[in-house]
Amino acid sequence: MKRIYLDHAATTAVRPEVLEAMLPYLSEKFGNPSSVYSLGREARRALDEARATVAALIGADEREIVFTGGGSEADNLAIKGVAFANRHKGNHIITSAVEHHAVLDTVHFLERNGFRITILPVDEYGMVDPDQVAEALTDETILVSIMHANNEVGTIQPIAEIGRILAEKKVYFHTDAVQTAGILPINVDELHCDLLSLSAHKFYGPKGVGVLYVRRGTKLEPHIHGGAQERKRRAGTENVAGIVGLAKAFALAQEEIEPSTAKLTALRDKLRDGIAARIDHVRFNGHPTLRLPNNVNVCFSFIEGEALLLNLDLHGIAASSGSACTSGSLEPSHVLLAMGVPPEIAHGSLRLTLGRENTEEEIDTVLDVLVEVVAKLRDMSPLYEKTPSSPLP
Amino acid sequence: MYSEKVMEHFTNPRNVGEVEQADGEGQVGNPICGDIMKLSIKVEDDRIVDIKFKTFGCGAAIASCSMLTEMVKGKTIEEARTITNRDVAEALGGLPSVKMHCSNLAADALQIAIDDYLSKKEEAQNA
Ligand SMILES: Cc1ncc(COP(=O)(O)O)c(C=O)c1O
Ligand code: FES
Repeated sequence: MKRIYLDHAATTAVRPEVLEAMLPYLSEKFGNPSSVYSLGREARRALDEARATVAALIGADEREIVFTGGGSEADNLAIKGVAFANRHKGNHIITSAVEHHAVLDTVHFLERNGFRITILPVDEYGMVDPDQVAEALTDETILVSIMHANNEVGTIQPIAEIGRILAEKKVYFHTDAVQTAGILPINVDELHCDLLSLSAHKFYGPKGVGVLYVRRGTKLEPHIHGGAQERKRRAGTENVAGIVGLAKAFALAQEEIEPSTAKLTALRDKLRDGIAARIDHVRFNGHPTLRLPNNVNVCFSFIEGEALLLNLDLHGIAASSGSACTSGSLEPSHVLLAMGVPPEIAHGSLRLTLGRENTEEEIDTVLDVLVEVVAKLRDMSPLYEKTPSSPLP
Repeated sequence: MYSEKVMEHFTNPRNVGEVEQADGEGQVGNPICGDIMKLSIKVEDDRIVDIKFKTFGCGAAIASCSMLTEMVKGKTIEEARTITNRDVAEALGGLPSVKMHCSNLAADALQIAIDDYLSKKEEAQNA
């Protein structure tokens, strides 16, 4: 059975070109960038080049790039770093209800440590309203964190608009761009953000390496103490191979944005239209147009997401769900709930996220399998026969 | 995360559907995750001769129901009364701890179906 991978928002495979760029730094070029001899200097050069590449790709200065151990660490450093360094100015932080847990759990940690948190609601598409951001600001507000695009439903937030408001008010602005890097152009000045998170494994780079962009002049308290690496903002011997891989993968992805957007959009629309045409009682989540080109998020009424995922897996298809039964916490997706999706509908949610190696034939196969599997589970559902023709709530 | 037995029952669930002219029915909703389980039984001479299920639930819920129906079929009401969710989970080769409540759902639905059967029987006798 051929495997069909439709979970690119979860992670991606390292591209061969990226792996090739990384390998020397795991073997013969193994030096520590802090060493003075040539082996160390060679690693330092690779690090500097990677930093210059990343900075250029997002319109930043090299000194504004901090390499981290991934997207979660970048989010943590941004939020805790600004919060603890700017406590004298105020204790209020604003974020949204649909952020990744790396942001939400971090602000809740800060709340337990004396900060005041505002969590903004979103509309039915998962969109944050810039006016509500402006209205939530107080004299005590030191930081706003709103994601660039949502990892579950793909909605793209009005980051530039929010950024302009905050720049005027001189409030630090962080955006988690983990899901947009390699998919949308990113320019920190156009987005008017002071901090921005990236993670390599979402754009065909390695896992466990990310970036926090920190605008010059931003006061940031480090949370990993030790050596003087990353201009003292993140101690620890650098993950040289990972960082080289991140830069290579990011450069390739940003170069290919145009053709890749065209391809992903065509596949996504085929998938969405196919589902809409062939399966009834479905509900598509996220913004209809202001959305990532690779994301389809859909709820199938009367069935449960984990059973759906397991059935898809039996056909070799990898996807994800916001169902309570898959979450470990047994609560449905906080993103879908914040958008007003009823819990029982959120239960049957499926996220399909496309990537560079997916094909039209794969989409055809997935559609055939989905039709079969959804019918099988609905036949088994006590809810289906009761309301076979009732409209969706 | 699931045992082979769970996956086997999940892939080929036994006794899906509803027993015609059921003698007892039991439906429970899961307060933890929001899932629903429905069992119907056919009883002859105090023996459960047929049992079917429907579920709006996860893989563990489907496998638990399927296994339970196999364990129950042919048993007397008295014997079926003693079946617990642990028995179901054990027969499945174990369930992940976060999924133990899914087997509860199946066991609870059975007890409710039996209660339903007994109260109907009593009503019939009193009538
Ligand atoms: C929006 C968003 N932020 C942060 C993360 C965390 O990134 P990482 O897995 O690199 O820690 C992810 C992915 O898991 C994500 O989708
Ligand atoms: S029935 Fe919901 S977690 Fe099993």
